[in-house]
Amino acid sequence: MAGIVSITLQNNDEARPVIESILHDNPSANANYMPGAVKIDCPERLVVKAESVSARIGRDWDPQEIHLTIVSMGGSLDEDDEELVLSWGA
Amino acid sequence: MTPPRKKKLNLKKRYELMTRGLDWETSYQKMDDVFPYDTFEGIKITDWSKWEDPFRLTMDAYWKYQGEKERKLYAVLDSFAQNNGQLGISDARYVNAIKLFLTGVTPLEYQAHRHFAHLGRHIRGVGPRVAAQMQSLDELRHAQTQIHTISHYNKYFDGFAEFPHMHDRVWYLSVPKSFFDDACSAGPFEFFTAISFAFEYVLTNLLFVPFMSGAAYNGDLATVTFGFSAQSDEARHMTLGIEVIKFMLEQHPDNLPIVQQWVDKWFWRGHKMLGLVAMMMDYMLPKRIMSWKEAWEIYFTEAGGALFEDLSRYGLRVPKYADIATDEAEHISHQNWSIFYQYTQAAGFHTWLPSDEEMAWLSEKYPNTFDKYYRPRFEMWREMEARGERFYNNALPQLCQTCQIPMGYTEPGDPTRIGFRSTEYAGERYHFCSDGCKDIFENEPEKFSQAWLPVHQIFQGNCGGAELSDVLEWYHMKNGTDNMDYTGSPDQKQWDAWQSVRKRVAG
Amino acid sequence: MPVVALKPGYADAVEIRDKKENFHGNQVVYLHWEEHLSFCAATAFPLPPDMPFGALVEQLIPQYYGMHPDFGLIDWECVEWKIDGQQSTPDMGRSLAENGVDHKTLICFRTPGLNGFKGSCS
Repeated sequence: MAGIVSITLQNNDEARPVIESILHDNPSANANYMPGAVKIDCPERLVVKAESVSARIGRDWDPQEIHLTIVSMGGSLDEDDEELVLSWGA
Repeated sequence: MTPPRKKKLNLKKRYELMTRGLDWETSYQKMDDVFPYDTFEGIKITDWSKWEDPFRLTMDAYWKYQGEKERKLYAVLDSFAQNNGQLGISDARYVNAIKLFLTGVTPLEYQAHRHFAHLGRHIRGVGPRVAAQMQSLDELRHAQTQIHTISHYNKYFDGFAEFPHMHDRVWYLSVPKSFFDDACSAGPFEFFTAISFAFEYVLTNLLFVPFMSGAAYNGDLATVTFGFSAQSDEARHMTLGIEVIKFMLEQHPDNLPIVQQWVDKWFWRGHKMLGLVAMMMDYMLPKRIMSWKEAWEIYFTEAGGALFEDLSRYGLRVPKYADIATDEAEHISHQNWSIFYQYTQAAGFHTWLPSDEEMAWLSEKYPNTFDKYYRPRFEMWREMEARGERFYNNALPQLCQTCQIPMGYTEPGDPTRIGFRSTEYAGERYHFCSDGCKDIFENEPEKFSQAWLPVHQIFQGNCGGAELSDVLEWYHMKNGTDNMDYTGSPDQKQWDAWQSVRKRVAG
Repeated sequence: MPVVALKPGYADAVEIRDKKENFHGNQVVYLHWEEHLSFCAATAFPLPPDMPFGALVEQLIPQYYGMHPDFGLIDWECVEWKIDGQQSTPDMGRSLAENGVDHKTLICFRTPGLNGFKGSCS
């Protein structure tokens, strides 16, 4: 239980490639679907990679686009041009 | 093949230039005169430049993303209105949850807008100052989108029309109002701890995530849309909350006891206020997604557990009485719905008794408490209704001096006894629903002895008169229309008429 | 603990909102029937301090609590009273004030043998 980080995204077309990328890049991540949204939990650390999302949508994805679909999060965040990381202890 | 990602000015560099790079140290005036509010609380800040916004969102990017969110949101709201979206909701009873939500929360969004604007001017550090400016705009946006939703529902359902007037007067709306008045009349660091940390980071998930998901499940596209659009700002607000806490704790060891007391206070105040949401989730949604207790386990016990474990490295501990709040998650929704059922005559939304099916769901979700303590209460009321003796409480309730909720909460560990607490200050007696509320008063008796308690105000003659009808008129609540049970209400008649037309058309 | 306030002298300027003199000669009295939590909270009344305690039992309590199925079964001789947490045997002929009922006093009454609908304390 302790040390779980999490991100909740809207479950819509715009968020879907982001959700897929997260599940692909974080093998321990677990997605909980609820009406309208999906909560992804992961032990210790979760990364959203711009490269992965860009590859899925066929254009350059800016990590700040996360602001359009994020619903909630748990953990400390760090963001730069390449990725967005949630972890504890940062 | 995906084209290589474009190189542009590095995010960290851009944030540096467009926040700190725009700030300056004043020379004609002393910094303490320019920023007069950020020291009196005793929080010691030695180096404001240590602040960093982890999202590194600059104003130009902020406008871009917010503009896009707004375009999408209003397209959906407009389409909901154009297509008579209110016909697609699960049941008209559902709208009562939205009445309570919108009349309770929308004015708070506006208050938050105003106070973050104040902080956006008055915080010495440029990082949090810019973050507060953005949040001020966010909160105004939330108020506006919610008012658009009110505007639509108000055309078809009762109880919405007088929401700003009601917020300042109605007995149960004094609960969220006094919560926010308390925060706005505190200093800037306490406000950040109250609203950005305790509320936005620790508790807001309980308000928005399961509730908005519930709206989605109940076909309420308007609420889902403003809810998730507002919530997309919330991740940034949460980040501000956690960064403020860490920043205060890192800046000076003397800050810890002050911050701890605020965290204890605002956790408890938030827990009591969210009891209203507990009742919406367990009793007011025709289609339910999870119980309040389940939401509490996910969002407080699990997520809050990880958070406070992380913050323990600064010496911060889990909020005082968190164990009691967790214990109360077994009771609070049932106790609150009981309050509104018996005071339906003074509520701006409709009430009802849970059906057999709903009671079976409550038994399943609350195996430790529902059948033993609450099912008999609803069954008694059902028998009384059947005899034509619907149970109304015709006396006014004793209110807690701190949270202002009727003192309907039971002793920790004994659900058969009401918890009574009291204290004296300056020769006067004060009553509380819990140790948490009593502690808050005793830390700031000067503040809470001034509380505007709706029941006492009625007795003092400040609420339009002594009769219920006088008070309702003063509330701008229409007797027989906005209040009372759902069964027999104009809302129900309207809904049933719509449904019968649909059935006829469907053949 | 001293008040934390921006303005010097804040504590002395505080106006207590619910002083007895603000209630037009009445005092606020709270009533609670123990083990009958279908009445969600104690109830509040503005009452004259010289009102006889017996008027509570004869008028106020029947008017506001009389609809409960247990109410008709109460043996008033056996009722146990608590005034501000202290066990008490009120003198029904004397006033509230003479029975120790003050502004914002809580009066609890327990009805032995009657503990709510089907014994559920509701």
